[in-house]
Amino acid sequence: MMTQPEGIEVERLVREFRKGPRAVDGIDLEVAPGEIYGFLGPNGAGKSTTVHMLTTLLPPTSGTARVAGFDVVRDGPQVRMRIGAALQEAALDPFLTGREHMRLQTAMHGLPKAERVARGAELLARVGLTEAADRRVGGYSGGMKRRLDLALALVHGPRILFLDEPTTGLDVQSRTALWDEVARLARDDGVTVFLTTQYLEEADALADRVGIIDHGHLVAEGTPAQLKAQIGQPTVEAIPRDPADRDAVAQVLERFGERAGASPKGVSVRLRGDESDLADVVRALDAEGISVEHLQLHAPSLDDVFLAKTGRSLEGAGADEEEAGGDAGETEAVAA
Amino acid sequence: MSRSTLTQIGHVARRSVVRTMRQPAQVVPALIFPLFLLAVNSAGLQKATDLPGFPTNSYLTFALAIPFMQGALFSIMNAGTDLARDVETGFLNRLALTPLGGAALLTGLLAGALALGLVQATVYLLVGLIAGASFAAGFGGVLVIVALSMVMALGFGALGLFVALRTGSGEAVQSMFPVFFVFLFLSSMSLPRNLIQTDWFREIATYNPVSYLIEAIRSLLVKGWDGEALGLGFGIAAMIAVVAMVAASASLKTRMVRT
Repeated sequence: MMTQPEGIEVERLVREFRKGPRAVDGIDLEVAPGEIYGFLGPNGAGKSTTVHMLTTLLPPTSGTARVAGFDVVRDGPQVRMRIGAALQEAALDPFLTGREHMRLQTAMHGLPKAERVARGAELLARVGLTEAADRRVGGYSGGMKRRLDLALALVHGPRILFLDEPTTGLDVQSRTALWDEVARLARDDGVTVFLTTQYLEEADALADRVGIIDHGHLVAEGTPAQLKAQIGQPTVEAIPRDPADRDAVAQVLERFGERAGASPKGVSVRLRGDESDLADVVRALDAEGISVEHLQLHAPSLDDVFLAKTGRSLEGAGADEEEAGGDAGETEAVAA
Repeated sequence: MSRSTLTQIGHVARRSVVRTMRQPAQVVPALIFPLFLLAVNSAGLQKATDLPGFPTNSYLTFALAIPFMQGALFSIMNAGTDLARDVETGFLNRLALTPLGGAALLTGLLAGALALGLVQATVYLLVGLIAGASFAAGFGGVLVIVALSMVMALGFGALGLFVALRTGSGEAVQSMFPVFFVFLFLSSMSLPRNLIQTDWFREIATYNPVSYLIEAIRSLLVKGWDGEALGLGFGIAAMIAVVAMVAASASLKTRMVRT
């Protein structure tokens, strides 16, 4: 296996739990230095178990994983020195202030006394918590807690950052702010980011590459564009204002691609080109004097990828597994 | 012990003390409840001093040893609940990802229990002094009482850590409190063992280690310097501390399974 000093390499990684399913079932993946890798999957898919193994908090049942060039089983302390992690649910003490958290974390990581205060203040400022630094964390909002969690993960300047569902439960504004900071860390500081998420738009917006995990298996991997391209070309659907124009609409649209399934009133084609063909479609319909009531471009999404690979929609997959006890199994297993 | 380990212990201890002192719901009952029972017992059982062979004519002085034992029992809940919360919230995982050693973590966590134990001992002694209790062993005896209280807080605090690490549940730790309280009531808490007339109760009190912890403190209040009572008290307190620390360390290895 190639050794990357700031990357991650995983081979046939497995984690089994007593009386439980294989939470992680032989996954292989590589994350290049400086890359943001999105690990996408529903609740109970094996995302957190994978992160726990890669951060040395859980020994794998079999397989190997090297993080920052070190084996997660044999070289735990070396791995921990080089990684930062913000695990699921911001793990903070409600009775301490933000600044006290920074003081504790910098001391635990062995920063010289002279640097601790400055490093804490710098990171609090970076995540926009300077004003709230001396307030107890119990009074922080969810977004503030997540930002503090991120700052705490960065105190020792890690080259690899693990973020386990960092924006779950956050409002759009807090989510966007956190995305910006994660993107900045990778872009400006060259930090490698391994990010688990159940949000499609998060993986799409943030990740250079995405791995989709389901029932412990990596079912797809690639850049968001590559994954979507595996599903096929975008489709355009048009519904004429006058139902009598439906055939005319079909003739126009068929110039741009093959017919695809559509609503009873409409016509849909899978474009031979890409999304930019939409403008030509509009011009062609206009040139024929056809008035349309509804015109929609549907580009393949990561949900379509998930659907194609697993036969289920990502939105409903987590709920299905929770009902089946899959999520509880993972939670129990990780805590065990 | 390296300088960095000492720094880590200091910071974990500081956090433990700060969070303990910022939780009035932990501090206030640990102070008020034992004093309330002291007031009730000393007022209601004063007549017990008329029993032939009762070692003092002040039941307040006799009963003042009890709050120290009750305070130590509160250490189980305080230290244990805080650690269980760390397990539940994932804060323990946060600490596990740092170079913090297990021994440093446990030592630091017990500092909160010790700080509360010190505050408790000081308050109980002051209240006893103000209420008119006597201190047969003088100022030196007071210092020994504080020292024994600290060892007891350490031992019972470590028991709390052990339960927290075994179960990972604050509720489980709290459910242990009444169990340990039974030991208190089945001890020589209210009467000297030689004056307990019910055979089975006297037998249990004789085998109950809590009796000897209370009697060690009581000896300094009532009799003066009693080497045997102090030896038994410190010995049992130290044994509880050692056994509980070993058990807690073993449980920490299971709970904090970092590679």
